[in-house]
Amino acid sequence: MSDNQPFNLLTAGHNGCAGCCDALAAKYVLMAAGPDCIVVNPTGCLEVMTTPFPRSAWNVPWIHSLFENGGAVASGVEAALIAMGRKGNTKVIGMGGDGSTMDIGIGALSGAFERNHDITYVCIDNEAYMNTGVQRSSGTPFGASTTTSPAGSKSYGNNTNKKDMPAIMVAHGSPYVATTSIGYANDMMKKVKKAVDTVGSTYIHAHAPCPTGWGFDSSKTIEMAKLAVDCCLWPLYEIENGEITAVKKIKDPKPVEEYLKAQSRFKHLFKMEGGDKEIEKIQQLADKNIAKYGLDK
Amino acid sequence: MAVNPNDKSKMVVVEGSYAVAHAAKVARPQVISAYPITPQTHIVEDLSQFMADGDIPNCEYINVESEFSAISALIGASATGARTYSATTSQGLFLMHEALFNASGMRLPIVMTVVNRAVGAPINIWNDQQDSIAQRDSGWIQLYAEDTQEAADMVLQAFKICEDKNVLLPIMVCMDGFVLSHVYEPVVLMDQKEADEYLPPFKPDHYLDPKNPMSFGTLGDPSVYTEFRYMQEQAMKNALSVIEKAADDFKKVTGRYYGGLIEGYELDDAEVVVVSFGSILGTIKDVVDEYRANGEKIGVLKVRSFRPFPTEAINNALKNAKAIVVIEKDISIGRNEGALFTEIKAGLYNTPTRIPMTSYMVGHGGRDIRTSHIKEIIEATKKVAETGKIDVESQFNEVKEDLL
Repeated sequence: MSDNQPFNLLTAGHNGCAGCCDALAAKYVLMAAGPDCIVVNPTGCLEVMTTPFPRSAWNVPWIHSLFENGGAVASGVEAALIAMGRKGNTKVIGMGGDGSTMDIGIGALSGAFERNHDITYVCIDNEAYMNTGVQRSSGTPFGASTTTSPAGSKSYGNNTNKKDMPAIMVAHGSPYVATTSIGYANDMMKKVKKAVDTVGSTYIHAHAPCPTGWGFDSSKTIEMAKLAVDCCLWPLYEIENGEITAVKKIKDPKPVEEYLKAQSRFKHLFKMEGGDKEIEKIQQLADKNIAKYGLDK
Repeated sequence: MAVNPNDKSKMVVVEGSYAVAHAAKVARPQVISAYPITPQTHIVEDLSQFMADGDIPNCEYINVESEFSAISALIGASATGARTYSATTSQGLFLMHEALFNASGMRLPIVMTVVNRAVGAPINIWNDQQDSIAQRDSGWIQLYAEDTQEAADMVLQAFKICEDKNVLLPIMVCMDGFVLSHVYEPVVLMDQKEADEYLPPFKPDHYLDPKNPMSFGTLGDPSVYTEFRYMQEQAMKNALSVIEKAADDFKKVTGRYYGGLIEGYELDDAEVVVVSFGSILGTIKDVVDEYRANGEKIGVLKVRSFRPFPTEAINNALKNAKAIVVIEKDISIGRNEGALFTEIKAGLYNTPTRIPMTSYMVGHGGRDIRTSHIKEIIEATKKVAETGKIDVESQFNEVKEDLL
C-alpha cells in the first residue's frame, strides 16, 4: 500500500450487506484521513463484517476491544503514541455505531472528550442496533418500528425522539463537531479532514441509512440519505468552539412523508388509524430543525 | 558483587503503597491509567505526584472517569506498544471484568496491582481476597504478595514475566488492602539503575503502527475460537517457568527472593502443613515458629502464583504431610469453600497422594485474624493428622451467632 491509494484503505471483500452504509462511511473516513491513522472500532456491524479472522479488510492499523469502551481505547492509543514519541501526524480515529456511541459507550466517550485527547470520533448512525437485528437505540427516530419498539395495535413504534448527540459533544468543549451524511460524500470527507486536522477531541455524526434495518432497496442507500437531509430531518452543520459556523441550506424542503413512505420501518404510520397525526409530529420535528438551524434561509 | 538483602543501610520506612508506586515508577511505564478507589488510592496519588514532579519520563498518565475506562485505555495503549500499569481493587476490579478477558484474549501484557478488598453487598472497604479470586478465569496471571517489600518487588517481576515473548498475558499483582497498602515498614526502594539492569525496555513484535498495519481484536468464529483459548492456556503453562526465572533473576540483582511459584517455610519434615497466600502468611509463620520452638513439626506452604496454578509444585511440596489445612479469605458461595482449597484438592485428585485436608475461611470483609485463631486451626489439624478423620471439611473460622 502506498500513500496514493486511499481507496484501498478499507478493501473490498468484507461481509457487509449490499448497499451497506457502514462500509461507505468507513471508506469516506479513511479517504479523508489517509493511511497515517489508527482506527479504534467498538463492537458493531462494521467490526464484525470487516474482520472475520484470519481476514481483515483494514489496510490501516485497527483495534476492536469491546462495545462500550471505544472512547477509552482511543485515549490509550493516543497517550501511547505521545509517550513513545510516535504521535507525529498520526491520527487516532474512533468509528462506532449509534449503539456504541450514543448508548452503551457514551460514558467512555464523554471521558475521552472531557480530557480532550487528540482524537476524532465518527458516529456512523444507522438509527438502531443493526448488528443484533434492528433493536431500538437512542438514535432511533420517533415513529420508527424496530424489533424492540415494534408497531402494534397500541403502538406507533418508537415513542421517543433522537438523542441530540452532537449537542452533548459540543457541551464537552469540543473544538469541532459536525453532522454529515453518507449521502453527501464530499461533505463528509471535507468534515472528516477538518476534524482530524483539528487538535483535540473532535466529533463527526454521520447519518447512515441501513437498507436491511430500515427496509428499502439496497440500491437506494445514497438516495435515502439525501432524502433525510432534503426533508430536514437530518440537518448538516458545523460547530466550531461552540458556535455554529456552517449550515447546509435546503431551498425547498421536501415533506417528511416522502422520506417516511420509502422505508418499511415507517409503513405502519400510513396504515394505522391516527398514523397521519404521528406523521404530522414528525413533520414538526423537521420544521423545528428548519427554524433552529435556519435551513431555508 | 554479592548483594546483602538485609542491608539495613538501604532501608527506608515508607507506606506500602509508596513502595509499590515507586516500583511502578522505576519500571519505566509509558502509560498509566487508573481510577481512585479505597484502599488503592495512595498508589495512584503517589504516581500522580511522581508525574507532577516530572519523575516518570516519557510517560502519560490518563485520569480516567472509571475503572472500566482505566483498563480499556491500557488495552489501547498496550496494543500500541507501550508498557502499561494500573492499580485497582474490589468494585473497581469488578467494573473491569469484561475488559479483563479482552486484554488477555488480545495477549496484552498489562501489569496491574490489585489491592485486595472485600466486595459488596454489604459494602465493605476492608481486606479479603474475594475480588481477585473472582477474576481467576479471566486469563490473567495472578501473583500474591506476603509483605510490602514483596508487593513492590513483584511489580518489577510482573513486567518481566508478562512481557516475555512466550507469555504475553496480563498480570495482577495482588496485595492485601490496608494490611499491606497502608502500613509503614522498612523497605528497600529499588534504584533506577538496578531496575534497568533487571528489566529491559518493552519491545513487542506486534503493535498498532501505520507503517505496518495490523488488526487487533478481530471476530473469531467457531472454526478458530478454540485455538485462541488453547494458546492462552499454553502461554499460562509457559509462565510457570518464566515466573520462577523472574524470581531467580531478581535475586541475582537485588539479593531478595520470596519463592517462585510457591515457597515452603519449615516445610521439609512438616507433618501438619498450613497452606495460604497473601499477608496472613506472616501471622501463620509467627505461630509456626512457636510450634517449632516446642519441637512440633508444623510447616507452611506459601502459594505465590495462583494463575497459572502450580499443581505439580504444590503436590510435590505437600506429598509428605500427614494433614493439610488451607486458610484463605474468600468463598465460593454455594460450595462452602475457598478457591485455593478447591484447587489444591483438585490438583491432588488423580495422584496416589491421599492426605486429609480441611479448610478455614477467615478474615472476610477485613475481620481480624489473630494468632489465637491460627493456633486453634493448627490444633484442630493436628487432631486430623493423628486420627486421619475429618469432622468438618470446610468452615467459616468465626460466625457470630447473635448476628444471624
